[in-house]
Amino acid sequence: MARNSPASPPRGSPRFVLAATVLAGLVILGAGVFLVLTMRDNPRGAGGTALASAIGGPFHLTDQNGNRVTDADLKGKWSLIYFGYTHCPDACPTALNDIAVALDELGARRAAVRPVFITVDPERDTPEALKSYVASFDAPILALTGTQQEVAQAAKAYRVYYAKHPEPGGDYSMDHSSVIYVMDPEGRFTASFTHESSPEQIAERLKKLLT
Amino acid sequence: MSMKFLAFATGLLVTGGVLAQTGQLEVDNAWARATPGKAENGAAYLTILSPTADRLVSVSTPVARNAELHMMTMKGMVMEMRPLAGLDIPAGHPVSLKPGGEHIMLEGLYEPLHEGQSFLLTLNFEKAGPQAVTVTVEKPGAAGPARAAQH
Repeated sequence: MARNSPASPPRGSPRFVLAATVLAGLVILGAGVFLVLTMRDNPRGAGGTALASAIGGPFHLTDQNGNRVTDADLKGKWSLIYFGYTHCPDACPTALNDIAVALDELGARRAAVRPVFITVDPERDTPEALKSYVASFDAPILALTGTQQEVAQAAKAYRVYYAKHPEPGGDYSMDHSSVIYVMDPEGRFTASFTHESSPEQIAERLKKLLT
Repeated sequence: MSMKFLAFATGLLVTGGVLAQTGQLEVDNAWARATPGKAENGAAYLTILSPTADRLVSVSTPVARNAELHMMTMKGMVMEMRPLAGLDIPAGHPVSLKPGGEHIMLEGLYEPLHEGQSFLLTLNFEKAGPQAVTVTVEKPGAAGPARAAQH
């Protein structure tokens, strides 16, 4: 209908080109927004196999003892990587406790696995805060923090989403992807666990991977 | 059906209704996780059973600057934590606050919570009024109260 309407500018006219450009722009913008929203609502980029090779990558962070740690330092052992924050009273202690319980079931082989806790809240999670926090769990957890930029870079490498959520009274919580990544001793993404994985399931999977 | 039986049945119903209405709201299995290190926030969990419909509207405790109802939800893989204005308690159905769902957020703990200790928590209900409970502290990241698991 629009094609036959007298108001429709002829092909090749500046108005047609402008209209086509605007339309193309809108389509691209729409696709971008769709992609972002899909990732936000269901960031399976996190655990989906399609992006498996895209999980992991370079990072430069500081551990609970003040030592600088990069992705290269994780090689040589299996890593269980979880992003969270110490002011999180529910999901994060659950994940770290699940990891500790699962490692317990590995017996002698537990030494081959290194649990890693990376904060998404570097503003409050200093190396000192992380040190006492992870010491409370029955596992030797490597806890990492850094500048806002360093943490953002690490989260990007692992396709982890996080955002500050202000609360009344000036406090805030952090929305964040809650996924445990299994990286092999070469630093390659191998498996992931969610909040629905029990410590027993995590242990079973690890036993298979470690044989 | 005889009038006698009808009267008896009605009597039973009325008595039952009155009994149900005079039953007390109960709060059981109140437990919290020990806080790791100097973590300033903790979480408490419990089960509420009320014979009549009620609503939990606020919470307070002497161990933290602030206590409030929170809901943890997963949107895909993303964890979000949001305050709740209140929690409806349906008549006769236990409502359990547990890890991975609703919890009582203890914000700004004055002292870390240690395994084995206990503290006081006051739940304020719309109808039942304030109800004080003793909360037992379990391991950090514990999945449930050790006491109940032994039953």
